[in-house]
Amino acid sequence: MAISRRPAAAGSNLPGLLNRPTGSGLLSWFTTIDHKRLGILYVLSGFFFLAVGTIESSLIRLQLIAPNMKLLSPDLYNQMFTAHGVTMVFLAIMPMGIGFANYLVPLQIGARDLAFPRLNAFGYWVYLFGGLLFLTSWFLGGAPDVGWFAYSPLTSLSNNPGHGTDFYMVALFIGGIGTLVTAMNIIVTIVNMRAPGMTFMRMPIFVWMVFVTMFLVIFAFPPLTIALFQVIMDRSFGTHFYDPAFGGLPILWQHLFWIFGHPEVYIIVLPAFGAISEIIPTFSRKPLFGYPVMVLSGIFIGFMGFAVWAHHMFTTGLGAIANTAFSLTTVIIGIPTGAKIFNWLATMVGGKIRFTTAMLFAIAFLITFTMGGVTGIMLALPPFTAQATDSYFVVAHFHYVMGGGALLAFFGGIYYWFPKVTGKMLSESLGKIIFFLVAGGLHLIFLPQHFAGLLGMPRRTQTYFAGYGLEIWNSLSTIGVFVAIIGALLFAFDFFRSLKNGKPAGNDPWDARTLEWSISSPPPVHDFDHTPISTGVDAFWLSKHPEFDHTDEAEREELKKLAAEIDDHGIHVPGQSWWPFISAAMMFVGGYAVIYHNWTLGVICLLMIVMSTFAWAFEGIGGKHVHPEGSH
Amino acid sequence: MPNRRWFRLIGLSILFILLLGGCSFDTIQSALDPQAPIPRAQHDLLIWVSWLSLIVILGVGGVLFVSLIRFRAKANDDRIPTQSHGNTALEIGLIALATVITILVVVPSVRTIFKTEGRIQAEDITADDIIVNVTGYQWWWAFDYPDLGITTANELHIPKGKRVILNLASADVLHSFWVPKLSGKRDLIPNQDNQLWFVTDENTPEGVYYGQCAELCLGAHAYMRFRVIVDSEADFATWIDKFQSIAPLQASTQASVQLVQVDPQIEQGKLLFKQKGCGACHAIKGYSGGAPDKPNLTNFGLRNSLAAGVLEMPADDLELKKEHLMRWLRDPQEVKPTNRMPTLWAQDDPKADEEIAAIAAYLLSLGNEAETQASVGGNYGN
Repeated sequence: MAISRRPAAAGSNLPGLLNRPTGSGLLSWFTTIDHKRLGILYVLSGFFFLAVGTIESSLIRLQLIAPNMKLLSPDLYNQMFTAHGVTMVFLAIMPMGIGFANYLVPLQIGARDLAFPRLNAFGYWVYLFGGLLFLTSWFLGGAPDVGWFAYSPLTSLSNNPGHGTDFYMVALFIGGIGTLVTAMNIIVTIVNMRAPGMTFMRMPIFVWMVFVTMFLVIFAFPPLTIALFQVIMDRSFGTHFYDPAFGGLPILWQHLFWIFGHPEVYIIVLPAFGAISEIIPTFSRKPLFGYPVMVLSGIFIGFMGFAVWAHHMFTTGLGAIANTAFSLTTVIIGIPTGAKIFNWLATMVGGKIRFTTAMLFAIAFLITFTMGGVTGIMLALPPFTAQATDSYFVVAHFHYVMGGGALLAFFGGIYYWFPKVTGKMLSESLGKIIFFLVAGGLHLIFLPQHFAGLLGMPRRTQTYFAGYGLEIWNSLSTIGVFVAIIGALLFAFDFFRSLKNGKPAGNDPWDARTLEWSISSPPPVHDFDHTPISTGVDAFWLSKHPEFDHTDEAEREELKKLAAEIDDHGIHVPGQSWWPFISAAMMFVGGYAVIYHNWTLGVICLLMIVMSTFAWAFEGIGGKHVHPEGSH
Repeated sequence: MPNRRWFRLIGLSILFILLLGGCSFDTIQSALDPQAPIPRAQHDLLIWVSWLSLIVILGVGGVLFVSLIRFRAKANDDRIPTQSHGNTALEIGLIALATVITILVVVPSVRTIFKTEGRIQAEDITADDIIVNVTGYQWWWAFDYPDLGITTANELHIPKGKRVILNLASADVLHSFWVPKLSGKRDLIPNQDNQLWFVTDENTPEGVYYGQCAELCLGAHAYMRFRVIVDSEADFATWIDKFQSIAPLQASTQASVQLVQVDPQIEQGKLLFKQKGCGACHAIKGYSGGAPDKPNLTNFGLRNSLAAGVLEMPADDLELKKEHLMRWLRDPQEVKPTNRMPTLWAQDDPKADEEIAAIAAYLLSLGNEAETQASVGGNYGN
């Protein structure tokens, strides 16, 4: 435990520009640095952008309900699917995973916040402002129209003179900063702040998956940032990184983007694996089967994720040798993924399975993800990909993984953890209806798209012609969207209804296994009255059922002593701060300065950011000590 | 609860099987109906992997199904199940199983890669190969046969049974060449010499094959289509001859005096083609120089499609051909949104119909000179 949980004695209050706020009203949501509140903000923002992305996708599907529709012009259609992709990947699903991590990692490892609470707030606000910046492009001349992977040279000034592309580049650039600092924050937290006794191999599996994910973020985002920076330079200052007329190689963008882009898939899906790996054991009343294999396969998947990027580029003319190499590295990922699926199944075997809504989502995830996985293996084969890439088959594949996989898992996660976060239960009976609508809808949307692709329908086409046999598949797909939307609306209804009128949840409504269930729902602001100890992966379950705990008494006493030492001066609850919000807001404004080449404004924003960073550093410790009953 | 869910799933699957029964997979641009050796190899691989996938999905689904039924919690049963943490032998076995499946997938795949994807080096090219320089433009295709001196657009003629080597280049953004029944995709990338080759064999039916750009190129991407026409040796020779027999530009101006061109509408169209400025962009061998980066219309009357494969131009339906061509000339944006062909006639231009009909008649006569002469006073006379 390298980082002390006890800050130096308070009192060193330097004169700050703004006093550290202490309010608790609506305004405090802007100044909060509590990981739980920020986790909630992440997930709610994720849902907001999920709604935006869903509206975009339903317009896309309406345009494709029949051949030769004229609902969206080609230009508007291009903007629509670009915004849909960016919104869903960067602003909806990935932040949901980070939001779960934010809320749950400290609770699951027995800590009282992340290592750097203000940095955490900064990360959230930067993500939100990056997303809002992107969203405003709709009202400022049009969203980007280059696809979510923005292939060069579509993005060059001559091919794309509008500002849409600038919004894409700058928004991702800003959002990436938020994601990076949060990743570092979470890694430091996991390494340093685990409860006494929680060795790495006693960490809950969700924490493990988040841990791997955050390393992926750190290694994957820099190549993207470089590529974004090159295009911003090309567009703003006339450099020629991607200008074919000056010898620029458009293929470079593809390499840099996918070195980021493939790990990004695992950045999205590993936290989902983690959530599933918590839900299935709880509702099977058994420990996760093969915990070490689950951990190692997660690490292996993450590691291999960096060695497969060119499978997105099989038809760019890399040659037979390179295609073979990247095909093999990709197919190998199927083995640890298969191991995970086996182990989830094996967890259920011999258990006592309860069909709660969360468990239904987990089961649906299992099947859906297996289907997305096998089409992934198919697409890892260059001869097949020569036909399937850039067709609706690929669209179907990655929606099975991202939508059917990650999103179903996060729905399961919401049903599982909502009682902990709010203290109220979501309706289980309505939940089952929602489950059938959402899961069934997703399959109805995406299963037909496999066939549309193989029948020759390229992706990103604004329309298709009659007579190609594509009508039935597209119509089914569009119907599916509305089935899923009905489910989503019911969910939104139940979400708000339950917040007010849900049944009280109690501390541990599911007979769950990890530490977050040992405290009240919702948890107190300082999370744990007493620092917990861990004697196994399912620390809380072991404390409920000591007959399964095989740790020897001496070790347990030792751990309890360590925990008491941590608590002996009371618990420091961090205060609030305006500076993360303000510096993030300055990045937001500065983004427009870069997009519109207003360098005066840009310099002002830069100075403001530097200034807020100083103010942030010197604003003093703030916060207060609490002494829950029974502690010193 | 589990029972309802599974009944539902079974119901859905039956629905899908019925749907599949009612849907054909040999549609005009289908990768599931391969007609040449390379797509057949790709298709064989797909079928093999699909069977393996089905086994995996049914295996996982089956174990899941049985577990959900067998191990569901029963009411009033509070006993804690055995807390097993794993089983090393089982896990090693399952990982080994996954590895075996992986090998079963990879071996045929790698063999197919080397059969279908290697680059043909210059020294391996034979005189028998058909070489075509393909250039992608927003949103059409230029096909240039360097050995034959033929330049055309949006329709690639190839003789049956020969190997076709395409040198792929792009004039602007990325494009991707895809004719599912004859060849998989290969991208057209600025500043990169990409090659794509494919072969047809005795089992490849002669006729028209549908292709489409598969890489986002903005604007009219969905409308950037093309056709590949597989000809018999004799038809291909005739097609070549139709191009090679046209005298080049200078010679033709002198010869045009002697040309017997009796249809006045075609004559009028030919003049209008220059007057309205069409000739500034569109080359027609022997008549118009055009611009090299715009579609070449030489022997336009032989085409099977219009506006890069957007409208059909069936060889046996002159009326439809004329109707489609006039619709295109009248309002190109209506046929193919965002394309770069200008609209040459105002909505209320009283002469529009007559002029468009004349230009259409002229364009359709290109390559069909003999037939047009014969039909004067017939279809084309009015």
